[in-house]
Amino acid sequence: MLVKMIPELGHFALIIAVLMAAVQAVMPLAGATTRRPLWMAYGHPMAVGQFLFIALAYVCLTTSYLLDDFSVTNVANNSNSLLPWYYKMSAVWGNHEGSVLLWSFMLAGWGYAASRFSCGLPRDMVARVQGVMGLVSLGFLLFILLTSNPFERLLPNVPHDGADLNPLLQDIGLIVHPPMLYMGYVGFSVVFAFAIAALLGGRLDAAWTRWARPWSNIAWAFLTVGIALGSWWAYYELGWGGWWFWDPVENASLLPWLTGTALIHSLAVTEKRGSFKSWTVLLAIFTFSLSLLGTFLVRSGVLTSVHAFANDPSRGLFILVLLAVTVTLSLLVFALRAPRVSHQVSFSWLSRDALLLINNIVLVIMTVTILLGTLYPLILDSLNLGKISVGPPYFNALFVPLTVVMCIFMGLGPMARWKSMEARELKRKLWLAGAAALVLGVLLPFIYTGEWNLWASLGIVTALWIVLPMGRDLIDKTRHARSRLAGLRKLSLAYWGMVLGHMGIAVTIVGVAVVSNYASERTVRMAPGTTVEVAGYQFTMTELTSRRGANFLADTAVLEVQNIDSARGFLMRPEKRFYLATGMPMTQVALRPGLFRDLYVAMGEDLNDGSWAMRIQYKPFVRWLWLGGLLMALGGVLAIVDKRYRRVKVTNKASAATPSQSEPQEATL
Amino acid sequence: MALIRIVTAAILLALTLSAAAGGIELREFDDPVLAQRYHDLTASMRCPLCENQAIGDSDSPISGDMRERVYQMLQDGRSDSEIVSHMVERFGDYILYNPRLEKRTYLLWGLPVGLGILGFVLLMLIIRTRRKSSAKALSAEERARLDALIQRRRSS
Amino acid sequence: MSRRLLLLLLPVSFLLVALFLYQRLQHDPAQRDSALMAREFPAFEATTLRDEQQTVDQSLLKGEVTLVNVWGEWCPACKQEMPQLLELADQGIRMVGVNYRDTREKGMSFLNQYGDPFEMNIFDPEGSLGFDLGVYGAPETFLVDAEGIIRYHHKGYISPQDVSERILPEVAKWR
Repeated sequence: MLVKMIPELGHFALIIAVLMAAVQAVMPLAGATTRRPLWMAYGHPMAVGQFLFIALAYVCLTTSYLLDDFSVTNVANNSNSLLPWYYKMSAVWGNHEGSVLLWSFMLAGWGYAASRFSCGLPRDMVARVQGVMGLVSLGFLLFILLTSNPFERLLPNVPHDGADLNPLLQDIGLIVHPPMLYMGYVGFSVVFAFAIAALLGGRLDAAWTRWARPWSNIAWAFLTVGIALGSWWAYYELGWGGWWFWDPVENASLLPWLTGTALIHSLAVTEKRGSFKSWTVLLAIFTFSLSLLGTFLVRSGVLTSVHAFANDPSRGLFILVLLAVTVTLSLLVFALRAPRVSHQVSFSWLSRDALLLINNIVLVIMTVTILLGTLYPLILDSLNLGKISVGPPYFNALFVPLTVVMCIFMGLGPMARWKSMEARELKRKLWLAGAAALVLGVLLPFIYTGEWNLWASLGIVTALWIVLPMGRDLIDKTRHARSRLAGLRKLSLAYWGMVLGHMGIAVTIVGVAVVSNYASERTVRMAPGTTVEVAGYQFTMTELTSRRGANFLADTAVLEVQNIDSARGFLMRPEKRFYLATGMPMTQVALRPGLFRDLYVAMGEDLNDGSWAMRIQYKPFVRWLWLGGLLMALGGVLAIVDKRYRRVKVTNKASAATPSQSEPQEATL
Repeated sequence: MALIRIVTAAILLALTLSAAAGGIELREFDDPVLAQRYHDLTASMRCPLCENQAIGDSDSPISGDMRERVYQMLQDGRSDSEIVSHMVERFGDYILYNPRLEKRTYLLWGLPVGLGILGFVLLMLIIRTRRKSSAKALSAEERARLDALIQRRRSS
Repeated sequence: MSRRLLLLLLPVSFLLVALFLYQRLQHDPAQRDSALMAREFPAFEATTLRDEQQTVDQSLLKGEVTLVNVWGEWCPACKQEMPQLLELADQGIRMVGVNYRDTREKGMSFLNQYGDPFEMNIFDPEGSLGFDLGVYGAPETFLVDAEGIIRYHHKGYISPQDVSERILPEVAKWR
């Protein structure tokens, strides 16, 4: 009996959660304004309760999937009794309704964490943070209940079996990618809440930046991993070997990442030097707003096809209203409460302040460019100026030079001092690294392939320009320690976080530069016995078989691959699958990953004479793309483990109001 | 990430989107330059039917036709711009991933450049105002002394 | 004070963005006009569906306002719009079909089963005329005026509503 009621239980839990969110949205904010501790005290229990009840709803939906309850529309549309249990669990977020529930679940989780770990902060600040989190959560829960209820029943005509999960989604990628991405999107809500709370309470001091920094770092790390995983998943799952297409949906995730990157740097300036306060708050608002805008663009059907929207116009409208209310209100609060004139902190051309300012300017230009490119076709269409497309050539043409400009200054950043420094000192620290980067960057492509390539060289010079000065800096910093190792240990985790983050960028740049310029591909006719050579590897088809999988038929080719130089061999098995339930053909790529090269084989068409068209690709350094992403994320996490963030207690207002000057010089990010 | 687009499309549109890698077909070129041009051309044109795929990546019949046409025209010795305008005449500017520079796209290409200039000017202005206050604070001689002090402290 | 006003531009400008996005919600991103609008019907030379010997060319479309419908036996929406096309033919509109990427056999049986509103069907098994017309999925319908200029393009299924609200007014306009 109880089992049959699980969907209703979940639905009921959602309704309770919505009520709690409403209380959380109103009471703490009202309490903070009227200085009533009792009202403010509602915040934490509501955050806890909301989290628990959404968790319950989430568990209920997952249970319905696991128990194959096809009377639930959502389960019937997206699952199947034959689906393995782990795909049933991930199928929950492989569709619109379930993914919004996951989103809300994470939002409540972040809300709970923000509430739990803020106990050392001033009470009114905590209350305001809780209130803002409550408001955002309320919006999303209402969105679920009013337009996207995952617990809707298909009664009385319950189907015998479900329509099955899209075969593309039956993959580890679906299990790991969306949760990471959502954690990133949603995580910026905490920073956003801190920003709004600081504006409302007039506490726009160095203290709030110190509270906000760990949250923005961790959200940024999640988003970085999410984007990297998405790129990796598309690379091996879609079968053409691309890893970034500048699709609106990809851009939607890149936008908050860019402003988020600007934010974590701007927070550093504000915390250390007390400058750019308003700007930092604005970035926090922008970052979360862009997360919401991305959600709107992806789910409203404005950019994809209208069929989605025609099915349910209320969804797009609801998110738009949510977006408009959140962003307009927060910008209004900003306009009214932003500090009148921030006290002028001085710095000169050669200073870390100036370099971080440049970083922010370039990142903002990148953000606007991508936003412009994504929305421009819509703008033209609305003005009746015709339909155009803006794709990879446009974005690459603008993004590459912007990245190079950014990296030039990025190499200087870690060396520079706050406030000002002598050009002489900077030159002394950098000339060797710069020269080495230039020489190596020009030479390496020669050594690698025997011919020179401008773009590959540019990428390598840029990457080395980021890495080598940091190496030099490490040597300088450990020079006076008892031993190098002891010196390295003495450096703060925040410093290491910065080093890793910047290394990550360099690694990704190397990956992009090499794979874009040295990848090779051949499409060939292959039958058993055929041998072809691609990029120093010999591919021999030894066998061509058919097999029957759990829910598909497959043609499988077996290729024996030999490295011509080392004569080491291995087997690769690309497949062409035909899924029985959906009638969808799928290319199952055979992949031989390696740190320095991937081999990538996809089966094309059956040429009906016993041979097949096969596409063989050689992708050097492609792993570095994602490896760089992981390094960046690791850097972000490392920076928050730094012990100074555990001293959250603010002893008195005076210490909070002045930027901390006593920090060790190297603890920067 | 491109996957998410197909995922969303599949979820939201209930369309049978075939995501099998498209365009894996045999094309014989005598000249590797032609092969490269074929690759670049099919990567820079958008499939008019699909969600958002280049004709080189797409499985749809029209993309197959368009690839075939590109191939034929390359074999006939046509130039890239001839091939592109041949396609645009039939399918419109929509299929160009690289929008042409014309009156309606001035803003698209110009705004980033303008922002770059604006950013540079802004940077100048900010640093100039910020520098004034610091210049007042210390004379060059004092600066040098301070630097020396700092240096000494760091070395110790 | 002026700084506050300047800052207030932020929420105001975002509201404008939101209004723009709201307006976009009413649009179908898949809907676009043919690139051949206001241009001459492309030159072609092809046989007709019913007669392998008979060849026709673009002069077929001159002299009278004509609806050119691109269809194929393999296309479900084409079957669904047949009653509407028959009705249009009944109203005295000249209809020409383009049998797109099909075989004669299948095309013919399609017409036998669903009715034949067309004065003539251009047989286009390779889809070359379709390609020149910029067709990327059937059904598509073009309105060609008496001078052989394409004046209106309907992408996809023609519903009974489309007949009265779009097709007939367009025909009346160019007659």
